[in-house]
Amino acid sequence: MSKTWDVSDMDNWRSDQFPNGAVIPVAGNSEEYSTGGWRNVFPYRNDEKCTQCLLCWIFCPDTSVLVKDDKVYDFDMKHCKGCGVCAKECPFDAIEMVPEGCELPEVKK
Amino acid sequence: MVKQTVIATTGNSLVAEAFRQCAPDVVAAYPITPQTAIVEDFAKFVAQGRVHTEYVCVESEHSALSACVGASAAGARVMTATSSQGLAYMWEQLHIAAGLRLPIVMANANRALAAPINIHCDHSDIMGARDTGWIIYFAETAQEAYDNTLMALRVAEHPDVKLPVFTTLDGFITTHTIDRAEIMDDESVSAFVGQYEPENALLDIENPTSHGNFASLGGTYFEFKKAQREAIERSRSVIKDIGDEFSKLSGRPFDVVEGFGMDDAEIAIVTIGSTAGNARHVARELRAKGVKAGVLKVRVFRPFPSAELAAALKGVKAVAVLDRSESFGADGGPLSLEVKTALYDAENRPMVIDYIYGLGGADVKLELINQVFDDLTDLADGVTKPSGLVYLGAR
Repeated sequence: MSKTWDVSDMDNWRSDQFPNGAVIPVAGNSEEYSTGGWRNVFPYRNDEKCTQCLLCWIFCPDTSVLVKDDKVYDFDMKHCKGCGVCAKECPFDAIEMVPEGCELPEVKK
Repeated sequence: MVKQTVIATTGNSLVAEAFRQCAPDVVAAYPITPQTAIVEDFAKFVAQGRVHTEYVCVESEHSALSACVGASAAGARVMTATSSQGLAYMWEQLHIAAGLRLPIVMANANRALAAPINIHCDHSDIMGARDTGWIIYFAETAQEAYDNTLMALRVAEHPDVKLPVFTTLDGFITTHTIDRAEIMDDESVSAFVGQYEPENALLDIENPTSHGNFASLGGTYFEFKKAQREAIERSRSVIKDIGDEFSKLSGRPFDVVEGFGMDDAEIAIVTIGSTAGNARHVARELRAKGVKAGVLKVRVFRPFPSAELAAALKGVKAVAVLDRSESFGADGGPLSLEVKTALYDAENRPMVIDYIYGLGGADVKLELINQVFDDLTDLADGVTKPSGLVYLGAR
């Protein structure tokens, strides 16, 4: 299978255009798969309370706590499922889980 | 034709021999009566170094087929065997093997399902798998069990198909009785089955792939099921082409439905598996008395040969469908439902009587077959009308 496998038009593919057996013939693509749509609460981080201890980054089971230069700056909402582990583990109550609205999250495109 | 040796042996040992000649990379299997001798014989071949297969001893049939699925996804040529409760225990993996388009070949020794527990022949186990996406061959004899196994591997691995295939034989009747059979030499079988070239092998590290992916609501699940339907439809011509190729090599005929006396038959029995022999014997005796009796044997049940069957039954007045399994609450057994569907669009379609027979190995005596042909004669002559499903020979 070629490495130049183009999925850009996948939404329009017919049944005979997919690889047999739902195989994905390229590697390292799980990042492209949005799982944030499962979420019904999202983490809200209070920058004033946060001490940048990075425990949330350590505990997040979906590597959805985004860190740059040793500092938490955001959450990856395309993959955060709202499990609340970050809020539970934060020693400074800097993270609060907030209910999602009725609208589907942006990750659904 | 290739060089062949005539031997006397059981259906099980012939299937094991066919497995050895196909030289699978992996066999993962669990023994269950009446399939046990297949895996015992094959394990012996491995122990003797007569075949270089990774033989995986597993703790259950669910694990057996799971291991086969993994090995096949890895890129191996994979074969296994089971029966009855074991096949039932493989249930979810049957769908997974077909959905992942893995060309696994599995022999099934057709046997009744509990309860009450029974180890003898009927088709309850394999008919339960008829909608799982596997191609299904039925053998009447040990010879056919051998031949079907070799063809099954080619069909499974064919680029237009890529589906798992069952090669089935009737428990005890075909698995355990000694029969005359012709086997090919190893080189001819190797040349016939060829080398397996997997399409997406997990072990192909140059071209990494991901198997068993998620396709949910709004995703592509529907399209993948359609693709499976298209693949099994394509297998119709592949099964015939490979059957023709095998016939030329072996000198033995093959068709998805095989008829006896069907050219001018007025009454006919449609059946599957070992009972076809008894039915043909009685039909031959009746023909000697001037009765235009015929027998139609279905050799490939999935994909179901509807067109061939309807064509063969054209001009027949009354048809008996002999089912060796139940479809409780349905209007007939599994074979009968297929036959009646196949005849629905036919002009002048024949009358059909459904018989359930031989469950749990209940004997199929010639008198019973005679009784069926007598019923058909009465029906064809207008003496009786179809009056629903008959439990043939049951008290």
